[in-house]
Amino acid sequence: MTTGLGLSAAPPGERYKRLLPGAMSMRSEPVTVNVGPQHPSTHGVFRLRVTFDGEIILDVEPIFGYLHRGSEKLAEERTYTQVITLTDRLDYVASMTNNQAYVLAAEKLAGLRPPERAMYLRVIAAELQRIASHLMATGFLLNDLGAFATPLMYCFREREKILDLFEMLCGARITLSYMRVGGVFQDAPEDFWPALRKFLKEMPGYIDEYEALLVENEILVTRTRGVSVLTVDHALNASVTGPMLRASGFPWDLRVVDPYEVYDRVRFDVPVGKAGDNYDRFKIRLDEMRQSLRIVEQCVEQIEPGPVRAESPALLRPPAGDAYARIEGPKGELGFYLVSDGSIAPYRFKLRAPSFINLTVLRDLVIGWKLADMIVTLGSIDINMGEVDR
Amino acid sequence: MNAFLAGNSLMRGLYCWLAANQGNAQECSPGWQPGMAARDGLLPAGWEWLAFAVTASVAAFLVLNLFLLLAMFYTYLERRLIGRFQVRIGPNRTGPWGLLQPVADAIKLLTKESIIPDGADRWLFNLAPIAMVVTMFMVLAVLPFGEGTFIADINVGLLFLIAVTSVNALAVFMAGVASGNRYAMFGGVRAVAQLISYEVPMVLSVVGVLLLAGSLSLVDIVNAQRVPFLLLQPLGFFIFVVGASAEMNRPPFDTLEAESEIVAGYHTEYSGMKFGYFWLAEYSAVLTTSGVIATLFLNGWQGPLLPSHVWFLLKVFGLAFVFIWVRSTLPRVRIDQTMAFAWKFLLPLGLLNIFVTAAEILVLGQPQGEGRVFSTGGLWLMAGINVTVTIGSVAVFSRLVSLRTPALPVPAAHLSRVEAR
Repeated sequence: MTTGLGLSAAPPGERYKRLLPGAMSMRSEPVTVNVGPQHPSTHGVFRLRVTFDGEIILDVEPIFGYLHRGSEKLAEERTYTQVITLTDRLDYVASMTNNQAYVLAAEKLAGLRPPERAMYLRVIAAELQRIASHLMATGFLLNDLGAFATPLMYCFREREKILDLFEMLCGARITLSYMRVGGVFQDAPEDFWPALRKFLKEMPGYIDEYEALLVENEILVTRTRGVSVLTVDHALNASVTGPMLRASGFPWDLRVVDPYEVYDRVRFDVPVGKAGDNYDRFKIRLDEMRQSLRIVEQCVEQIEPGPVRAESPALLRPPAGDAYARIEGPKGELGFYLVSDGSIAPYRFKLRAPSFINLTVLRDLVIGWKLADMIVTLGSIDINMGEVDR
Repeated sequence: MNAFLAGNSLMRGLYCWLAANQGNAQECSPGWQPGMAARDGLLPAGWEWLAFAVTASVAAFLVLNLFLLLAMFYTYLERRLIGRFQVRIGPNRTGPWGLLQPVADAIKLLTKESIIPDGADRWLFNLAPIAMVVTMFMVLAVLPFGEGTFIADINVGLLFLIAVTSVNALAVFMAGVASGNRYAMFGGVRAVAQLISYEVPMVLSVVGVLLLAGSLSLVDIVNAQRVPFLLLQPLGFFIFVVGASAEMNRPPFDTLEAESEIVAGYHTEYSGMKFGYFWLAEYSAVLTTSGVIATLFLNGWQGPLLPSHVWFLLKVFGLAFVFIWVRSTLPRVRIDQTMAFAWKFLLPLGLLNIFVTAAEILVLGQPQGEGRVFSTGGLWLMAGINVTVTIGSVAVFSRLVSLRTPALPVPAAHLSRVEAR
């Protein structure tokens, strides 16, 4: 009988017996499975070539590039304003922070300083975007845990409200292009502020609701506590940043250690995890949402009327040179490196994609755990293939 | 041959119309006294076998089709309810309130191409969905849907039920292995592990019911429930419901077809109506299992005021609602934790339940004939003890038993760990 499982093509178990004492204890062959690029929970078109001993993962080979669009090269043929639309499509669930990091780099290059009001608007928008991105991450992580879309739908309900706010700001919901070099596209409309206040009032209750729904759930805790532990040393050596690094217990937040825009004028805490396991990576995002709300509240209090765009030529020609700007994106340190040769388009455009760099630890985190854990760990890293593949 | 007529109002009418005669006058002719002339059926004497065959076929046909209609309505109900749980609306476009959605789904599945993959074992691949559906339908043969409404009241009903539902594991394994897909194989292998493991605590949990009722016949079990066995067997009920959700691969034990892990598990490669069969089997399993739970633990069809069939349906849909609720709330248990839960948690509890129940019957029951009977006070005392034992043992076990399993130790040489410079 042929079962078409292709077992003969699988690598022999002897190799893994040598590599991993304790593996292949039964007389069987390791099985190699392609998880992705078409798989319900690889968060896009990510592909993993996984070798299993039964359910236990012996080896993982991440393969990506399925969503490569050449964004970095494309940027070299566009004006500094046009590049903003490209940044929307990098991490497409957090366009606002991509815009922000890019315009900060371009402003550094051109020597522009945006007006106060624009900076406040940017921070408000970026923090809302962080909440939206964390909502997506939390919802999909719980979906990966098998919670049949209910928490995901709850998270999407609030994300919708944030997208509505974005629509008021700039008319778009996903690919926002709200920020401009030297300010923002336009001032917030009158009805934006009451809508934002209403959101700020309601949101803490909704976060409580997510916590009540599943955070203490025994199944969730049993499945995530102590699983795929990322130690601080390992995280630092692998340049892991963002919620993932903070979940490992290292309080590194660029909004605090290297404040940009108006982050030095607001007070907030940096939530830190203890164990660096999947549970901490899940929980820290809920905590960060609360801090983001605090930041937005303070910005709403502090913001003063004024212009929202600095005087700048319509076609920007920054002097020759280079600039690197980094922000604390929802997924980690998001950095843009721009080189100018004095023309209307950047000579080089380089992106430091946080989820790409965070993804590099995946193999070490999941080997020895089980298939189900790998899916959850991948979800807890919170990757976005638009950003990983560019 | 006449024994089956005694309590069975579903089949009696037709059978008597066909084959009433002197031999079965007691069952077929109301008010018949010895010596009176009996009703005369259509068929001459000696043709009872034909009457029996016709009656049984008609009854089976009726029950099966009514059940399928019910299952269709149930899929609609489940999708609407899950929509409500997930703060969305659910299907509402096809027909009034979306009621025709199951019909549309059925038409879609019937008209779709049923693909057999190249690497598949054709025989097993085609046989698996049939085996799945047939075994699920066979449960209906012994289930009493109302007072005197059942197809067969066999004296080993409970045993038959357990035996028939076990075949389900084989069907799932067949589908998983024959598909020639590695995700399907994962599902199939998980199925063997999980379904067989959960059989054991499930069977142990019904032993308590068996001890109390003193019969394996489901009709006798319902009749034996002066108070619902839920009160006398809370631990058994708990184990049975948990085991049943694992047997039906419902969340939180849906590891067989865990979408986020192994795509669709054992039915990854199935399409068209073959997929439809699996889908049908899984959804209607909720109804049959709810029916079994209602029969064993919730007094079956019995209830005040309303007709017995309505009571039975109410109980079935009440239980189905709980299953839907659980499905839309809980995350999935990992496969090794699922197994550990069955063997470390449910199995000892099942044994404890048998022991406690047997001891109570010995102490509280007064011997009468072959069995033992209980006074009303004895029953309530038993309920009190059992509820206490249930809460206590579940609390103690959840402290004692850890479901966490460590990872395989991985030597540093196998990792790509970046070293500090």
